[in-house]
Amino acid sequence: MRLAAQAISVAKRLSDVSLMLEPGTITAICGPNGAGKSTLLETLAGLLEPDSGAALLDGEPLAAMTPRTRGQKIGYLPQAHEIAWDVPVRSLVALGRMPHGDSDPAPVAASLAALDLQSFAERRAQSLSGGETARVLLARVLAGEPAWILADEPLAALDLAHQLALLRHLRSAAKAGAGVVLVLHDLALAMNHADRVVVLDKGRVAADGGCENALATEVVERVWGVTARWIGEPGQRALVTF
Amino acid sequence: MTRASAIFAGLLVIAFPLSLLAGRVWLDPATTPNAVLILAELRLPRSVLALIVGGGLGAAGAAMQGYLRNPLADPGLFGIAPGAALGAVVALFFGFAASAWLLPIFALIGAGGAMALLALIAGRTGGIALFTLAGLMIASLTGALMALAISLAPNAFAMETIVMWLNGALTDRSWSDVELAAPLVLAGIALLWRAGRALDALTLGEAVARSLGVQPRRLLWLLVAGIGLTVGAITAVAGIIGFVGLIVPHLVRPLTDRRPSQLILPSALAGALLVLVADSAIRLIPTMTEIRLGIALSLLGAPFFLWLLLRMRRGLA
Repeated sequence: MRLAAQAISVAKRLSDVSLMLEPGTITAICGPNGAGKSTLLETLAGLLEPDSGAALLDGEPLAAMTPRTRGQKIGYLPQAHEIAWDVPVRSLVALGRMPHGDSDPAPVAASLAALDLQSFAERRAQSLSGGETARVLLARVLAGEPAWILADEPLAALDLAHQLALLRHLRSAAKAGAGVVLVLHDLALAMNHADRVVVLDKGRVAADGGCENALATEVVERVWGVTARWIGEPGQRALVTF
Repeated sequence: MTRASAIFAGLLVIAFPLSLLAGRVWLDPATTPNAVLILAELRLPRSVLALIVGGGLGAAGAAMQGYLRNPLADPGLFGIAPGAALGAVVALFFGFAASAWLLPIFALIGAGGAMALLALIAGRTGGIALFTLAGLMIASLTGALMALAISLAPNAFAMETIVMWLNGALTDRSWSDVELAAPLVLAGIALLWRAGRALDALTLGEAVARSLGVQPRRLLWLLVAGIGLTVGAITAVAGIIGFVGLIVPHLVRPLTDRRPSQLILPSALAGALLVLVADSAIRLIPTMTEIRLGIALSLLGAPFFLWLLLRMRRGLA
């Protein structure tokens, strides 16, 4: 199931962006502040309707789908970790079943297990630490068994160990066939963990491709205005700035 | 039935018959003269109305708090109760209230007007912040108009009637009030109950709720219609009764798993219980004239609200 953006323009924040995303891979969206990363993600999730162009899932415009059908196929995880009421973790994760109109316990239990959350199932959501909350919110997305997982800065505010753990979970979701799209600020995480990187600058695609090419030092300099150099081996890169 | 619903339903089964016996005259069905008449025409409609009023306000409060994701929200915030009150005040001002049906109909028109205004201002986008501000604006506008009506009242009697009516009460209500309010309040509670799942999704924020298939405009209309019907009809028959919608969901929430959908029916039952007990209690307090129910509940509710604020502040500190 392919997710595509076809020449989309959104409220002056994105112009003429075209992308074809493949399932089974992790795509990172990078770019400076205000480049339109979250706007692109929300458009791909069907939450924003483009002024021109279309976001398509298997050729079908997201705008033409019912919100429920869309919700069954695309799981969206925003940056803000908002949990208004102190509900039990299991109920929170079960919200992921809402687009399916059931509360099937099997996928809920499976996603709790996938994120090592079984022992948390009866805990209250507001008693969790930041890292635990991030895992619970990802489990909520997985419980819906979506074909696509779209997450805005899922690694921000997490410590190194939790970042790596969450990336591991996202990688195994991709291996299981899901398409994963992440907005990432940390270029090294994108470089080392994504299969493909889309660099946005001022609402346009500045680079798109494999990590080594899309995040080459020339791109970093042109888009971020920072002189930098990648060190280390592929897959274990670090960015050194001057 | 959840645990919370079972508890409050059980308490209601005990409280309801007691409320029928309680009053200036403690009824002993065997010996009191005209006991059947007092029961059937005075106590029974009043107690049934107390259930309807409390049930509607409890459910409306629970739904409002879920929608605004704020435990301090109250159905009065939507401006619908003040709208209904303004309609009733207009009826009283022009002396239309002599007919039993005119005052509630004016109140319902007022509630409908407030709902239409809300929809006009905030209905297109379905945004919650704009909606709340619109509600507050309508509440303050209707408040000003009611104050104007009081200050321009043609005579002292009209003024007194208006002021008395604004402090809601269930005194001297009859079956015709029950017949007017019951279907509207029940329909309103049913709409709010239907909004439950969408309110649950809203726990994770508007964007996530939309990604889970919630349609914000549909949800907003369910809430406006649900709260308009419950609060509008209640205000039409009983005047302004504050704080029930604020207090009740708070007391009920710890007994549930805190999902908004799980709070609506138990809050309706608990609200019915609170108003029934409060209305029976004011009948028993030996004052010269009966304390108005609206005043009694405010005396109870305002300190509770303060206590809540203090507790929340401690929680934040």
